[in-house]
Amino acid sequence: MMSNSERPTSPHMSVYRWPISMTLSILHRMTGVALAVGLVVYVAWLMAAAGGSNDYRQFVDLMQSPLGRIALVGWSLAFFFHLCNGVRHLFWDTGRGFEMSQVNASAWTVIVTSVVMTLLYWWLA
Amino acid sequence: MAEFRLPPNSRMTKGRHFPAPDGATDIRRFVVYRYDPDSGENPRMDTYDVDMANCGPMVLDVLIKIKNEIDPTLTFRRSCREGICGSCAMNIDGGNTLACTVTAERGKGKTKIYPLPHMPVVKDLVPDLTNFYAQYASIKPWLQTRTPPPDRERLQSKEDQERIDDPAACILCACCSAGCPSYWWNSDRFLGPAALLAAYRWLVDSRDEATGERLDDLEDPFRLYRCHTIMNCTQTCPKGLNPAQAIAETKKMLIERRH
Repeated sequence: MMSNSERPTSPHMSVYRWPISMTLSILHRMTGVALAVGLVVYVAWLMAAAGGSNDYRQFVDLMQSPLGRIALVGWSLAFFFHLCNGVRHLFWDTGRGFEMSQVNASAWTVIVTSVVMTLLYWWLA
Repeated sequence: MAEFRLPPNSRMTKGRHFPAPDGATDIRRFVVYRYDPDSGENPRMDTYDVDMANCGPMVLDVLIKIKNEIDPTLTFRRSCREGICGSCAMNIDGGNTLACTVTAERGKGKTKIYPLPHMPVVKDLVPDLTNFYAQYASIKPWLQTRTPPPDRERLQSKEDQERIDDPAACILCACCSAGCPSYWWNSDRFLGPAALLAAYRWLVDSRDEATGERLDDLEDPFRLYRCHTIMNCTQTCPKGLNPAQAIAETKKMLIERRH
């Protein structure tokens, strides 16, 4: 077989029409990364608590700044989305829910549920 | 690895514009990916204004009309014009499908036509499918038996046949594999939905006696498990088949045989 390194690669990401299922798949990846970063902040919170009241106050002040609040809401949304979509993946692992109508319905269910859970969480918090 | 940007030699430039002839009554605009390997130039997007008043209804009819009447250099594959040969698979308005089974008069505005995504382009809308076919061959798409051949046909029940009806209806057009992001980034190691659907077709064939070896070949972090259930394959299949479900069933078979 000839090596075709000179042949152009046809366009992909830039021309493909993103279906909802593909969008959720990439969001699952991105929220997973965000949660991994969030875990570092969570450890920082524990270390601040162990470090005494001064450290702890500094940490809480940081998190209650506008930027900190936005990050916390973002992390909670990422958590609930990743949780709901993870359950969706568990259903798929059993071989269920593979008809496109089911795939699209479960996608919207995940979106709505994760937003509602985030709102409930901050309303109750 | 995932390469999100096209390499420099693959970036499209603005191409030529072919206006509709005088007296055209029902003009539709088609923007088509063009690449001429002899020119040494980058791919370009040519614009054709086609008079639909004297053109067939499908995108393939439009491409044939362009080639016959407007620009004979336009190159694409086609054969059966009825969705069974899989030759005219391409990316039309952002989705992979067969040009012969999709209407040209959808929605408002222009129709954009590209070759199947993330493939080496031979010319215009013709991708190089060498790797795709080699992957299909690698799953050994034929009946394998150990028992001595019977004096007559190897019989199947109606239910056994129904299990392979769907996966055996695949026409290998490559729409699914070329629509799968995992395949875009890992087509050198990931078999892709089309080859995996074919593998499943032999896994569930009641007459095949190489199920164990077939599963052994698939049990690999890349060949099978690069599938992350993105669902683009099933979403885009012009034959309405479900490669994603076949892959999930294959993963289940691998888990079940451990017990």
